[in-house]
Amino acid sequence: MTAVLALDSVGHTYRGSAAPVVADVSLGVEAGHSLALVGESGAGKTTLLRLLLGLARPTTGTVRFDGDPLALGDRAQMRRFRRSVQCVFQDPYASLDPRQRVSRIVAEPLRSLGVATVAEARAKVAEALEQVGLPADAASRYPHEFSGGQRQRIAIARAIVCDPRVLLADEPVSALDVTTRVKVVDLLAELKRERGLTIVMVSHDLSVVAALCEGTAVLERGRVVEQGETRDVLGSPGHPYTRRLLDSVPRLPV
Amino acid sequence: MSLLDVRDLTIRTSDGRALVSDLTFSVDRGERLGLIGESGSGKSLTTLATLGLLPDGMTTTGSVELDGTQIVGASEKSLVEVRGRAAAIVFQEPLTALDPLMRVGRQLAEPLRRRRGLKGDALRKAVAEALEQVRLPEPGRIARAFPHEISGGQRQRVALAMALACEPDLLIADEPTTALDVTVQSEMLVLLDTLVGERGMAVLFVSHDLAVVSRVTDRVLVMKDGRAVEDGTVRDLVRAPRQPYTEALVDSARRLESALDLEGPR
Repeated sequence: MTAVLALDSVGHTYRGSAAPVVADVSLGVEAGHSLALVGESGAGKTTLLRLLLGLARPTTGTVRFDGDPLALGDRAQMRRFRRSVQCVFQDPYASLDPRQRVSRIVAEPLRSLGVATVAEARAKVAEALEQVGLPADAASRYPHEFSGGQRQRIAIARAIVCDPRVLLADEPVSALDVTTRVKVVDLLAELKRERGLTIVMVSHDLSVVAALCEGTAVLERGRVVEQGETRDVLGSPGHPYTRRLLDSVPRLPV
Repeated sequence: MSLLDVRDLTIRTSDGRALVSDLTFSVDRGERLGLIGESGSGKSLTTLATLGLLPDGMTTTGSVELDGTQIVGASEKSLVEVRGRAAAIVFQEPLTALDPLMRVGRQLAEPLRRRRGLKGDALRKAVAEALEQVRLPEPGRIARAFPHEISGGQRQRVALAMALACEPDLLIADEPTTALDVTVQSEMLVLLDTLVGERGMAVLFVSHDLAVVSRVTDRVLVMKDGRAVEDGTVRDLVRAPRQPYTEALVDSARRLESALDLEGPR
């Protein structure tokens, strides 16, 4: 099966910088599966996510969407791409415009893609809000009226409103409390199960990764040091860095 | 007498809303207490109140006695004498805790000069020693660096060095590892535990993460919506929580943690 999104020996060097931030990264995610990119600050996680989102161009190698090289200049392809791939960011306080009502925030992808009439958009927004477990009257309210966990639900509603195939999530639960974190992880798992959504998640939280993703790639200083089934990678890590990451996770006393 | 004695502490906003209500707890000399709670539980406000650092407009009632000094209603002058000497604080975000325009060495020299009256070469030497104590490599380079030129973990070590330089009886740590990577967090917790142990300091450790708190303290106080829910040893709370809220906290933590209990085929 062709991967929905894949990186072929991708490298990226920021302008003016001598050393690449990511080098020779190859990975892919098949439809309905989910992949975690794991690593610490400076490992290149966010750069990979920007490449996968088409927000940055690889210096070397190719980003592939449905098997075809992603051409940022190809408007028809980019349109299909934007409709298929949506994103949720880490900080739900920064990612929602405080001056817009939730209905307008959630409908944004429909507007920018031009894929729904006003009436259709209203119905789709209501459906998306229901799916993420928010009350219907949330649509007419403003972001500041919601807690962090609810805001992240709004961000997820915005990401799924145009029925994308792939959800890219950058540390989607790191900013949330533990109890809220569990609920948002449950929501993402449900979306995966019910909509067959493919999830690519960037995270440094190994327990969230283990709970949600079948595949894991571990990044250290811009290179993939280990990748495979999460069960194998985190269950019996082969690379010392993966082991170190696992050993560092604080555990409750038994 | 306890080092820190908080009694019926209530903190209100200017429009009268109570953010912390009737909170009572104490920390003895050399004792360590964890304050556990989620966003909005009032744990950070409580730490600010112990040093008289609450934002303008908030009103405090009740009593906060730190090393024999009443903090509630105290004048700025008497607060200045208590801060640092009786208690010093390490905040969550080291980038905002350090002055971005001042070299790290100069910032660290400030408490050393004030507390130990050092200057010149002796002061420079003490700065280098303080940086070595928190296991920072190349203390000379770090001392000359501006905060943005060093990593987040290194910045938090500098913040810890500054707090320790005050030689306080009580170290307050407000989510000191939340902004750090997991391996860095792990090193930081070991470091904190060791340095505080060597000095016999009391610790008030604030966090939303039970597992993190359990690395540093034995006794914890669970807070919700500004009120104390229950207290006890981490072990007891985790094994047999008495309150539904504590149980929910423990369950969530356990559920995430159990996802990691994988048995790989290799």
